[in-house]
Amino acid sequence: MADLVNLTINGRAIQTPAGTLVIDAAKKAGIEIPAFCYYEGYSLQAACRMCLVEVEKMPKLQAACTLPAGEGMVVRTESEPVVKTRKSMLEFLLANHPLDCPVCDKGGECELQDMSFRYGVGESRFTEMKHHVDEKQWSPVVFYDGPRCILCYRCVRVCNEGMGVSALGVINRGEQSLITPNFEDHLECDECGMCIDICPVGALTSGTYRYRTRPWEMKHTGTICAFCSDGCKTTLGTRGHEIIRGNNRDRSGINGEFLCMKGRYAFDFIEHPERLTSPLMKVNGKLEPVSWAKALEAVARKFTEVKTRGGRFGIAASTKTTNEENYYLQKFARQGLGTNNIDHHRSGDVVALIDALNGRADALATMQDVYTMTASLVIASDLAQEHPLIAFQLRANNRHHQSNTYTVTKGPVREDKYAAASIRCEEGGELEAVAGLREQLSKEKELLVIFGGAIKGEAVGKLVAFGDSLGIPVKYICLVDYSNSRGAMDMGLLPDLGPGYEPVDQPGMTLPGMMAASDLDVLWVVGSNPLARYELASPGAFVVVQEMFLTETAARADIVLPASAAYEKAGTLTNVTGECQKLHAAGRTMGAKPDLEILGLIAREMGLNLGIWSSSNVFEEIRKSVRGYNIPLPIIATGQAAQTNPVKGGVPLRPRPDLIQPAGNTLFTSGSLGRYSKKLTSVIEYPGQLYRP
Amino acid sequence: MLFNDPSPLEVKILTRRLGLPNSASIETNLANGGYKSFEKALEMTQDQIIQEVKDSNLRGRGGAGFPTGMKWGFVPRQSPKPKYIVVNADESEPGTCKDRVLIENDPHLLIEGCLIAAQAVGAKAGYIYVRGEYRYLIGILDKAIGEAYARGYLGKNILGRGVDFDLYTHTGAGAYECGEESALLESLEGKRGQPRIRPPFPAVAGLYQCPTVLNNVETYCAVPSIIEMGGKAWAALGIPKAGGTKLTCLTGHVNRTGVYELPLGFPVEKMINEVGGGIRGGKKMKAFIPGGSSCPVLTGEEAWPLTMDYDSMAKAGTMLGSGGVIIMDEDTDMVKAALRIMHFYAHESCGWCIPCREGTAWLKKLLTRLNEGVGTAKDVDLVGDLADNMLGKTFCPLGDAAALPTASIVRKFRHEFEAKLARAQAAVPGMANNPFAIV
Amino acid sequence: MTFSPELEAKLEKLMNSYPPGRKKSALIPMLMFTQDEVGSITQELVEEVARRIGIPTVQVDEVVTYYSMLHRKPMGKHHIQVCTNISCLLWNGDELYEHAREKLGIGHKEVTADGMFSLEEVECMGACSWAPAIQVNYDFHHHVTKEKLDQIIDSLRKLR
Ligand SMILES: Cc1cc2nc3c(=O)[nH]c(=O)nc-3n(C[C@H](O)[C@H](O)[C@H](O)COP(=O)(O)O)c2cc1C
Ligand code: SF4
Ligand code: FES
Repeated sequence: MADLVNLTINGRAIQTPAGTLVIDAAKKAGIEIPAFCYYEGYSLQAACRMCLVEVEKMPKLQAACTLPAGEGMVVRTESEPVVKTRKSMLEFLLANHPLDCPVCDKGGECELQDMSFRYGVGESRFTEMKHHVDEKQWSPVVFYDGPRCILCYRCVRVCNEGMGVSALGVINRGEQSLITPNFEDHLECDECGMCIDICPVGALTSGTYRYRTRPWEMKHTGTICAFCSDGCKTTLGTRGHEIIRGNNRDRSGINGEFLCMKGRYAFDFIEHPERLTSPLMKVNGKLEPVSWAKALEAVARKFTEVKTRGGRFGIAASTKTTNEENYYLQKFARQGLGTNNIDHHRSGDVVALIDALNGRADALATMQDVYTMTASLVIASDLAQEHPLIAFQLRANNRHHQSNTYTVTKGPVREDKYAAASIRCEEGGELEAVAGLREQLSKEKELLVIFGGAIKGEAVGKLVAFGDSLGIPVKYICLVDYSNSRGAMDMGLLPDLGPGYEPVDQPGMTLPGMMAASDLDVLWVVGSNPLARYELASPGAFVVVQEMFLTETAARADIVLPASAAYEKAGTLTNVTGECQKLHAAGRTMGAKPDLEILGLIAREMGLNLGIWSSSNVFEEIRKSVRGYNIPLPIIATGQAAQTNPVKGGVPLRPRPDLIQPAGNTLFTSGSLGRYSKKLTSVIEYPGQLYRP
Repeated sequence: MLFNDPSPLEVKILTRRLGLPNSASIETNLANGGYKSFEKALEMTQDQIIQEVKDSNLRGRGGAGFPTGMKWGFVPRQSPKPKYIVVNADESEPGTCKDRVLIENDPHLLIEGCLIAAQAVGAKAGYIYVRGEYRYLIGILDKAIGEAYARGYLGKNILGRGVDFDLYTHTGAGAYECGEESALLESLEGKRGQPRIRPPFPAVAGLYQCPTVLNNVETYCAVPSIIEMGGKAWAALGIPKAGGTKLTCLTGHVNRTGVYELPLGFPVEKMINEVGGGIRGGKKMKAFIPGGSSCPVLTGEEAWPLTMDYDSMAKAGTMLGSGGVIIMDEDTDMVKAALRIMHFYAHESCGWCIPCREGTAWLKKLLTRLNEGVGTAKDVDLVGDLADNMLGKTFCPLGDAAALPTASIVRKFRHEFEAKLARAQAAVPGMANNPFAIV
Repeated sequence: MTFSPELEAKLEKLMNSYPPGRKKSALIPMLMFTQDEVGSITQELVEEVARRIGIPTVQVDEVVTYYSMLHRKPMGKHHIQVCTNISCLLWNGDELYEHAREKLGIGHKEVTADGMFSLEEVECMGACSWAPAIQVNYDFHHHVTKEKLDQIIDSLRKLR
């Protein structure tokens, strides 16, 4: 702990660790020192001069954003010279700033507006011509309005330091200075929109939101991103039923202010024109819209018939449906239909990790660990592409705590830029490469091992054994690909393991097994698209599909039931680090129903009693019965993440590394969901460009 | 080549070899005492060298006048990082043209100064940052550096004494702000010439974040004679608290403009009348700037009784600055002068901080208007007000440099602004009584 | 992009002037020297310099647009720079500049149709004691009068 120093700010005695910046010390004491360029977590600029304060014994006003608190310092933040200076800084800022607040996207959330309101003067003495440059579009999602820019360099820093992309720069000098994209007139970057989010004014605006509404006309719903498994919190702004904006306005949750392109913009899939809004039934070989009642009745009849005659079911479950839906679905399969033929697309060998950890409850890392652990080893994953939040946290950790990162990957990755060591190796050679790092790794205080889908089956056990042999505390993250990939396993969407990795008596068929079987009577597909990867071998299988779009699988279905998107329902998701968070409905699509409701209705139609199909009820059941899910309700209820811990003493394994198939998504692709986001598909530049020297 | 005839009143210490045939060559230099001080310094400890410089009362000649010995003393003795010598040859303060004279005529003097500084702090490499416009000086310096390498004054194991020092030239590309030391370092690292947050100062974290001695050309050039004469004797050339001689650039309305080496404390009157041959055309002096356009302007009456040194100028509310004396006679249009000065700062503001970026641009627009006689008395107040709002609040001293002359001109020559407005408005019928006269 | 052997030699020396891992330091001199040969900072040159130094092009753009002697557009074969800053102004540098404008028929940062001359009103270039001063490319001319300026331009024109 650093030494404490005593200072007074506005007459109040304050004690703070030596080295704390005066602006932060004041903030902790509840004294606001206004600032534009200062932004916690990023490098210091001292450029806006809003934070100038009076310090006794110092000849000039001092920038509180760069002044470390010193013993005996006497600071005044509201004295006459300070207030006058603040007013004059705002006057300078507004000189060339267009006064287009009535149409500016930022109106109502603009820091310059707020500051002018609090500290500014009503009258303008600037009567000269304003300096003007035209607005520019830099990418499908990023627009830049030069005159509005106050040159606080937040965007440049968040792109450089936060994202590690360095796509933004500053050109010209003096009054002509402007922010510039990396390729003359356009951006080639992650399109994460972090620059837009961090811009205090309306200089950077987003292609999805600009000029569409005002912040106060929207309803803001905090929910969880539907794409990758990192589980970022996103606040969706809706007007009516339409989602207009995604950001993480309140900076809460595991991702703080971070969101990638998908979390920020790709919500638009939910209003894609091809969205299914009515159940479809095959009539004379063609799918025709029918009523929910008719469709449900047909499904139930078929299921009951097949069940009664002891026919074969195959159930392909989803990596994106909620824990409640997953739990209910496997219960439906096992109790309702009497089958263990249930599986999903597995992208990481979580099962092998749970087995290898053999009951060690402290070895599963959280997202916070990624930011705080002193060293990490990344194996077989391009995090910046596949796990943007983990990559962001790792960079922040390195920046703020000088943590060490080691990479063992096939190709170059963004982490190489700051890595303590980087090793390239072909798939299969990872463990050997990792062994080569033994000496360096064993000198670390602790280690976080993050491994991708290429480490599977026995390799996972070997990796854990290697970790054990280092003699330091080691934690693990087994990477999986989709928003509830982890929850799918935890909830037992597996032919051999039930919820909480409990073995079942008679293991059922795996997903490829079902697809290859020639005698399947029913293929029930919930929120997945197996026909995109497999042929269906049973010609006579009756196919029921719960989907948002007419995917390859849905097109082959006998009955299609339109499902709600993650942004349209309640429930919980478990992210890649096992953290469980709550979804809240932001939008609604008429005609579609949440999968849980569909499951419940089919069950009712079949006369099965599987319990009430409300998400809170099912969640209660999960908390009571699924290992590791007895999580505190208040955490979940208040929008925070609760870590689940399903480890147990070994899982009787039938190792099937062949079933682990990472999707290899990039920042701009995400299985079938991604195809239906216009924003994602409009961003054609491949960010891999940035990796080239 | 000499640029102007010397004056008999000069005390030629730094410039003593100027005017000798082939003065830039190492032969001429060595034949006239060159590198002797460096050889002497090789016999001295680091502390001894720094002590001599402290004794000399040498204050930085780049404009800020910081005591050089003290600055060298800030460089950590022990450092795991390499240390660097950086020469500020950016010479871009309007009114200043002295470093150029030194480099062009006696480049080896600068090299020798760098060598001694390197000895004093334990630096192994140095860079001479030359403003882009002085391209021809790079040729002269590179040639001199080559000669010094050939004679064993630079490179490895210098003069067989186990000392290493490499010296390189580096060109700027046109930016006044790169004269500011931290912006210079940024530029030397291949970036935009934007100043850094200080502290840390270059002595602790300078080039590549390593300990760095950064001084003006003239400062380094003074060092050999300090070592040669001894610090105390050198100090005695000047006045108490300000040792030695200073290269003074006489510019503007004097008969004999030029660069002259004068002892500190030299009377202004004698400088203008005797060294400079009096005001051009026998006119009266209206305004006087002692050290580059960044200094507050004095009226003629204020300036005449002063002496050219740090304290005397500070007492009169201005600064000795870089030695670029700007003299304006009674016919000078002070509004136009204020505009031209602000035109410069607006052009050169790096744009980093709000008050400088916006303030200079606004003032330039405002002064342009006032220079054309468009405006009201309120606008004249606004000029002073805006300058005031910049003063002491900007990220680096460029903002002050813009504000100080402007504020002083408005304060001291306000009547000229008003006269201009009145003249212009009288020329337009009905304008004088028009309440909406602000165009 | 390849440059003349002399320039390549110069660039190599330049690259060796900085400590290991500090190649970026060569950026500004490299832009200056290559601009002298290429005539302006073309997009191709930006990319070449970025490649040689190993930095993204945006970092080159940042620098190019910052320094006033780096030009995106080609200037004339003889780039005439007239200082009108305070010390030169006091010796009628502004009138000299006006004269140059009339004589060449071009304005600030413009180029004559034949590409021979370009004109720029510049800030103080360190010739204050010998005002008014101009620079033609890198050559200084001191105490310039209108007549002297005419002579300079005329003789350069003859030079072709
Ligand atoms: C805007 C600005 C421009 C400056 N320009 C120069 C310059 O051209 N040459 C110079 O030697 N110092 C210049 N300085 C002063 C330097 O920052 C620094 O104080 C000086 O180089 C230190 O050397 P010295 O102690 O030998 O004077 C400038 C300062 C500022 C704020
Ligand atoms: S665009 Fe926004 S964030 Fe970037 S410098 Fe301008 S005001 Fe700051
Ligand atoms: S917050 Fe301190 S200068 Fe901007």
